[in-house]
Amino acid sequence: MGRLFAVEIVYRGIFQKTLAKNISRAIVLAAHEEGKPGISFGRYGDSPERNGIPAKSFAIVATDSLTLEEGMAKYEPKEVDITIAVDDTLCKGVESWAWYGLQPINRLLKPNSTLIVTSRQEPETLIEMCHRKEYPYKLAIVKGIPSFSGLWVYKDDHTDARILGAISNILPELFSLESVQRVIKRDTNGDLKAISAARSYERISTVTVRPDQGNPEKPYHFEMPKWHEMRDGITIPSIAPGHAMKDPQNQTVGGFQPARNPTFKKFSTRTMRPILNFDTCIKCTLCWLQCPDSCFDVTPEGLYDANMEACCGCGVCEAVCPVKDCVTMVNEVEFHDNASQWEMWRKDKEGYLAFLNSKIEERPERSHGFRYRGQYQEQIAEMAKPSEANAD
Amino acid sequence: MAAPSVIVDKGKGPEEIALITGSEAIAVACKLADVDVITGYPIRPYDTVMQYIAKLIADGEFDCEYIVAESEHSQFEIVKHASVVGARVFCGSSGVGWMYAFEALTVTPALRVPMVAMVGNRALDDPGAFGVEHNDALAVRDLGWQLVWVDNAQEALDTALIAYRVAEDRRVFLPCAISCDGAFLTHSQGLVKIPSQEKVNSFLPRYDRGDLLLHPDNPITVAPQANEDWLMEIRRQTAAAMERSAGVIREAYRDFERIFGRSYGNPFFEEYETEDADVVLLGMGTLSTPVKVAIRKMRQEGKKVGFVRMRWFRPFAAEELAQCLGRFSAVGVIDRDFSLGAPFHSGVLATEVRAALCSSTKRPPILGFICGLGGREVTLPDVEKMTGIVYEAAAGKTQPPTQWIGVRE
Repeated sequence: MGRLFAVEIVYRGIFQKTLAKNISRAIVLAAHEEGKPGISFGRYGDSPERNGIPAKSFAIVATDSLTLEEGMAKYEPKEVDITIAVDDTLCKGVESWAWYGLQPINRLLKPNSTLIVTSRQEPETLIEMCHRKEYPYKLAIVKGIPSFSGLWVYKDDHTDARILGAISNILPELFSLESVQRVIKRDTNGDLKAISAARSYERISTVTVRPDQGNPEKPYHFEMPKWHEMRDGITIPSIAPGHAMKDPQNQTVGGFQPARNPTFKKFSTRTMRPILNFDTCIKCTLCWLQCPDSCFDVTPEGLYDANMEACCGCGVCEAVCPVKDCVTMVNEVEFHDNASQWEMWRKDKEGYLAFLNSKIEERPERSHGFRYRGQYQEQIAEMAKPSEANAD
Repeated sequence: MAAPSVIVDKGKGPEEIALITGSEAIAVACKLADVDVITGYPIRPYDTVMQYIAKLIADGEFDCEYIVAESEHSQFEIVKHASVVGARVFCGSSGVGWMYAFEALTVTPALRVPMVAMVGNRALDDPGAFGVEHNDALAVRDLGWQLVWVDNAQEALDTALIAYRVAEDRRVFLPCAISCDGAFLTHSQGLVKIPSQEKVNSFLPRYDRGDLLLHPDNPITVAPQANEDWLMEIRRQTAAAMERSAGVIREAYRDFERIFGRSYGNPFFEEYETEDADVVLLGMGTLSTPVKVAIRKMRQEGKKVGFVRMRWFRPFAAEELAQCLGRFSAVGVIDRDFSLGAPFHSGVLATEVRAALCSSTKRPPILGFICGLGGREVTLPDVEKMTGIVYEAAAGKTQPPTQWIGVRE
């Protein structure tokens, strides 16, 4: 029995599908340079054609083909040597299109194996976002914003090369820098991309994450019912009707909070969340009407509170709101929970205003996907900054 | 095209007697069952039932939503949806029409829609023959459809009532297709006793979809998309319903006999002259008539031949059939269908019968015959020829496992 290597690439929906596939293919090809057989595949049950939705690709490599076959006998690896998150907001956990509940990003990591994240954040911020794990693992950050290299046309920003270079440092038994550079050079003109891999190889460093670090929350999950416990006829009960809301300050009851699916929440699709200014809201109802996920709760005083258990972060509310800065999309890494903004505001209006201003002050102009023509070109320039820093 | 029914005994006896075809008998059953929604799309020979239903409605004898769809696919989809909102439904087709509805046919069992359908058995195209082959109805044999074959108009009417009773039983909730041989049953009229409405009402409770009813007062989603985490459980549920069906069929036939005073004996298969038989033939549908007549003739010549006519093909009464057939020294299975490339190149029925007997200790030789395809007559000499081959096998002489009978060669 030889050694089996498994790597998963966790990515978001349509803009990162090709990126994830390129990484998993290059892992297999680089290992093959060293005589190791392998396979690369995307999880079939995912629905990566949807923007933002968490999905996975896998690369399985072994030192010999019989060992590889043992790895292939399980459709999906149950544990991995490396998890790669190509969007740092995925560190909050992922919920597949299928009903698996919320999975911690580090769920499949073996003890002392490595989570690689592309992020501009410091390790402390990412560690706080990840769920706690019972044993230590390592975190490595490839500096950069999430790559939206596209599905139909792959706009190369070297994210794949930089991740591959990092892998060759972190797990040299899988493949060496030289092997992966050979694979990269075969696909590209010039040495630039292979140099990116080398820079990443040189600069990558890891920190150890201890079991007492990270988000202590237990991710929600549910038991799959047995066949005789399920309703027959492929029928499911509708979502129950909603109920009134209660003001935490004066106990006024009113408004409306729709009941929501307790087992399929979808909020892990979110990379940005709307931050609401309840003082400037004119109660025009547009956010509530236009939200495709019915995420707005109506408060007793007729305001609209974006429910963070239901919001997918699409940004439609920001786009339709007629009041300046009343709804502002802010990157998800700024937040540590799904608490109600309205309740926070009701309890401490001054404090909430300070919170709001601090969050929207330097918000980056992006969400998952592109909101205006030319945004990608701007991002390429931004992406290039750390590469230039590496090159000098 | 359908001849009008002739009431020959109206009011004299306790029951009306009408001279009607098998299709018309099923139309009468629809009326007696007070079916709510019926869809049609014409194709021969099934269309005879459409015509008679239309006549019953036009004559003011029957009230239902009668929709002529623009295709068989829509036809079956419409009744599927109507059934989900609580309507008792009827539908049907023939040959390639049935195949055109195939997508709708596949989704019906898993949604637990107790649709009753008539298949006017017809050869699949090409060459566009009108005559009977059983391949159309048999195409759904793996999907959760209950399948029953009848051989006369009276049985068609009775079985249609039984089909509603079984299909709409909450323990089952699976569709049921009643197969009527094209021409021999769909287009030939026989004298049929029409039961009274009161008796039918006491036999057939109203359709109650219960917690599966799609209604504003019972808000549910039907047929959401589900992935590999759910599919096996859904299939297991449908399988369990089919496993319960046999018991419900037995109950229904018992009640039928009690209420209507007409007994069909074993619901799953009819045995003819089998008590002392050395060898038997086995088949489905209207070929029973020439087989029975030939048997009477052969018995006069001292040959102890019997016949087993399968009624219910799904569920398949494997254990009972194995017990029955174990008594004989050889069995000849007559397939009015083909299953090209099947084990021994036999027909569907022969393969199923062999499977049913596989683990049985008493396992006579089983000969497969392909006969009567496309509506070709199964003649008395054909039956005698098949019987001769079965006798040879009984005597220990090796025979080809599958033989085509009545083909020009």
